Amino acid sequence: MYEKIIIAGSGGQGIMFLGNLLCNVAASLNKYTTFFPSYGAEIRGGTANCSVIIADDEIGSPVIAEPSILIVMNEQSYNRFLPKLKKGGLLFVNSSLVFSAPPDAVQIPATEIALQVGDVRAANMVMLGKFIKDTKVFPVAAVNDVIKKVLENKKNLLEVNLFAFMRGTKL
Amino acid sequence: MKGNIAVCEGAIAAGCTTYFGYPITPQNEIPAYMSKKMVELGRVFVQAESELAAINMVFGAAVSGSRAMTSSSSPGISLKQEGISYLAGAELPCVIVNVQRGGPGLGNISGSQADYFQATKGGGHGDYRLIVLAPYSVKEMYDLTFLAFDLADNYRIPVMILTDGIVGQMMEPVEINPEFRVQSSEIKKDWKLDGCKGREPRLMRSLIMEEGGLEKHNWHLKKKYDGIKKTEIRCEANFPDSAEITVVAFGIAARICKSAVKKLRQEGLKVGLMRPVTLWPFPEKAISDIAAKSKKILVAEMNMGQMVEDVKLAVNGKCPVEFLGAPGGAVFSEDEIIAKIKKL
Repeated sequence: MYEKIIIAGSGGQGIMFLGNLLCNVAASLNKYTTFFPSYGAEIRGGTANCSVIIADDEIGSPVIAEPSILIVMNEQSYNRFLPKLKKGGLLFVNSSLVFSAPPDAVQIPATEIALQVGDVRAANMVMLGKFIKDTKVFPVAAVNDVIKKVLENKKNLLEVNLFAFMRGTKL
Repeated sequence: MKGNIAVCEGAIAAGCTTYFGYPITPQNEIPAYMSKKMVELGRVFVQAESELAAINMVFGAAVSGSRAMTSSSSPGISLKQEGISYLAGAELPCVIVNVQRGGPGLGNISGSQADYFQATKGGGHGDYRLIVLAPYSVKEMYDLTFLAFDLADNYRIPVMILTDGIVGQMMEPVEINPEFRVQSSEIKKDWKLDGCKGREPRLMRSLIMEEGGLEKHNWHLKKKYDGIKKTEIRCEANFPDSAEITVVAFGIAARICKSAVKKLRQEGLKVGLMRPVTLWPFPEKAISDIAAKSKKILVAEMNMGQMVEDVKLAVNGKCPVEFLGAPGGAVFSEDEIIAKIKKL
């Protein structure tokens, strides 16, 4: 395995949290992994993105030129990162906010589902659920465990995040 | 763990008791983390009013015998140069971390390797050297920072951790060696200013005005630097005996080159990698030996060509030396390196 994942959206959509979480799951399963955030002079509500690599072997550059998997949460990020996606790469889009994605993309109305679940901020977890279900990069249980661990001290957020994640795995 | 945090943890494990800093991206996690951790541990954290103040506070802390550290990024390190020269002149141990960003000037906030000359050739005035360590992973951020404090005390010399915004910002799992123990108690600081009750007063300075005094001091420093060159060179070589083309790179660039070399070996190409871990003292002999066995050497750096000059001096005409650069905060990809090597 050598997956190069770029996660992109707007500030506040939990992009860094999602990247971090993937990295933590990878570490918990003894995989090699790197996380590299974009830290340009971004503004609140501006774009946010991060690069996560998960591999069975040592990782060279943590910077990704050509992602094998792209997870985009809004239209702006979709336009920016789509040209970088590797040929034959997997594309996951939040169809609540991305309107021009091609039909072969995995389209999830993550923001709508998150609203149904009770917290618009959980859209990232819905995406994660669907991502795990489709790619099988990690077992669902391993992700579940890490979410519980990471949000251990934020019990009010734990429930909705776990719920949103599980919803995603069933889409 | 994030690279910048690993620097903090390495410093704390090494017994760093005083930290002085001033914020600048991409190293802000260091002062932010130290502001919490150092206070929790009952150690000293000061956010100084400027970089100049921070480096001079390091001087004060070091002269009183404490393990002192400061960190900054390229433009901030330029501001510290006067103080670094004073520390080198007065032979005071300390650790200075440079999480490099793009330059010249304020440049940008992307990772870069453009401060190689400044770090290894003496960024301040006068004849002096720093020990310069170049970590290429989050684990080495920890290990080399830990090591830096011992080297600094052993040789009474400022040690620089020369890293960059990519290694500083990236996160990866780190296993910490439980064998690390603080050695500070074993190193006798018989020069420190800790009150002269019951002993002769000591004088610590970098101003040496008496006839012939400074010349003597400089020869003393030279002898010390020559000693460090003999004992403290560190480097990592991959496939040194079977390579026709050897890539020489440090820090993050070496990490990218390492996976490019691995891919090319799988294709059957005879390629090797030489990674200086100490940029000063520079692994001249190791590179010279490799040059004698290689057909070509490629130096890959995230700048316009700095270490390549030291490589050329070490190779001394034994084989051609090519260069691949990425200045201004740009990063080359594995594929670019592979394409360049195939063209050689």
